[in-house]
Amino acid sequence: MDNRPQASEAQLAYAKLLDLGMKVGIVILLITFIIYIAGVMEPNVPVDKLPDYWEMKADEYVEVTGKATGWGWVKDLGKGDVLNSVGIAFLALVTIFCYLRVVPIMIRDKEIALLILILLEVAVLAAAASGFIKTGGH
Amino acid sequence: MSSKRTRVLIFIILALVAIFIFSATNASAEGTAVAPDGSESSLPWWGWPLILFVLCFALGIVAVLGGVGGGVLFVPIVGSFFPFNLDFVRGAGLLVALAGALAAGPGLLKKGLADLRLALPVALIASSMAIIGALVGLSLPENVTKTALGGTILGIVVIMLLAKKSEYPDVGKADSVSSALRITGVYHEPSTGQDVDWKVHRTPQGLITFVLIGFMAGMFGLGAGWANVPVLNLMMGAPLKVSVATSKFLLSITDTSAAWIYFNKGAVIPMIVVPSIIGIMIGSIIGVRLLAVAKPKAVRWIVIIMLTFAGARALLQGLGWWK
Repeated sequence: MDNRPQASEAQLAYAKLLDLGMKVGIVILLITFIIYIAGVMEPNVPVDKLPDYWEMKADEYVEVTGKATGWGWVKDLGKGDVLNSVGIAFLALVTIFCYLRVVPIMIRDKEIALLILILLEVAVLAAAASGFIKTGGH
Repeated sequence: MSSKRTRVLIFIILALVAIFIFSATNASAEGTAVAPDGSESSLPWWGWPLILFVLCFALGIVAVLGGVGGGVLFVPIVGSFFPFNLDFVRGAGLLVALAGALAAGPGLLKKGLADLRLALPVALIASSMAIIGALVGLSLPENVTKTALGGTILGIVVIMLLAKKSEYPDVGKADSVSSALRITGVYHEPSTGQDVDWKVHRTPQGLITFVLIGFMAGMFGLGAGWANVPVLNLMMGAPLKVSVATSKFLLSITDTSAAWIYFNKGAVIPMIVVPSIIGIMIGSIIGVRLLAVAKPKAVRWIVIIMLTFAGARALLQGLGWWK
């Protein structure tokens, strides 16, 4: 029998979901990028025009190209470049899913302090992901 | 790494290059890239992304062999030598560091090297501050950010040269915060066959330090392993392996919050992000394979020299002394 120390149940549950989420995210990223550069769908910014824009600041780029900010990209998913946002957003959401996965374990084990930290972290990440936190530009 | 896996990697690399070239022949020839010094470059539009992919492949190898994160190499080097605005480079840098952390996290957590209890309070502070750092970084003019980035990178070089490491720091008594959160653990050390018990101290001081680390990670789009490890290891007293592993895992949380700010702001261009992530991931896999034969000390010096040059260039570009 293996007597080596085992990671906690919460840690293993987190790891399992993280592993799955990372793999799914990378596959989505690869597929959507291939669709994009193969020209299957018309992009918002034509690939040969990118060098005109990528030296601009993000604010200026958004203004000139009409790129949607926040979650506005969801309505433009028919465009090849915007489609890549699905994989990027998925990878950036994986951590939130992992935190939510361990909430029931923390409640069952009455780990109140850790549960509070987890819920606060979910709130922070959800606020960042919401698109409501914005800079004023300059 | 199996030969089957190697063949798959080679296939992915060749497929991406082929698609790039196919795509290039279909696009009009009008789009030519602009060089970092502002002059019109003779490169076609796909030239820079292709060079970026090759560079990131190399960075992935060097990062593994040099024991550093990909993000800390990516931002100063791409920011200084590629024509992309620093906003997009930092957005891509965060996603590169995030992808690397997501890939490494599960294995480190399962082995008990990365510790969830240790990560939770630290991540909350660092990820909150990373949001503020990202907001500040995106609000500042590029020359100011570039100057600060250059200074920070040179500071990181100094830390890399001077910081000591402690395999098993001596922690007399756990502090009250770590006791309350039961931040303690045990992991199996295969080199000695022993189970190593550990606990931490000076948790409040460590958490305060992560205010600054999180802010800088968000502002500059850097992974923050260069700062996480010394704080977890030397200040809080976690064993070196636990510190390195927990630091890597932490990046998956800290960089998530900052990456969302850049993404929502429109500072993410797939043509920059995706070749970078794929290049660095494939390079990391090759790097792990090369670990057995490489000389880590020599590679570490290469990393230090690369960072010094890129940091100095960013600083001088920011000050307007080098185009």
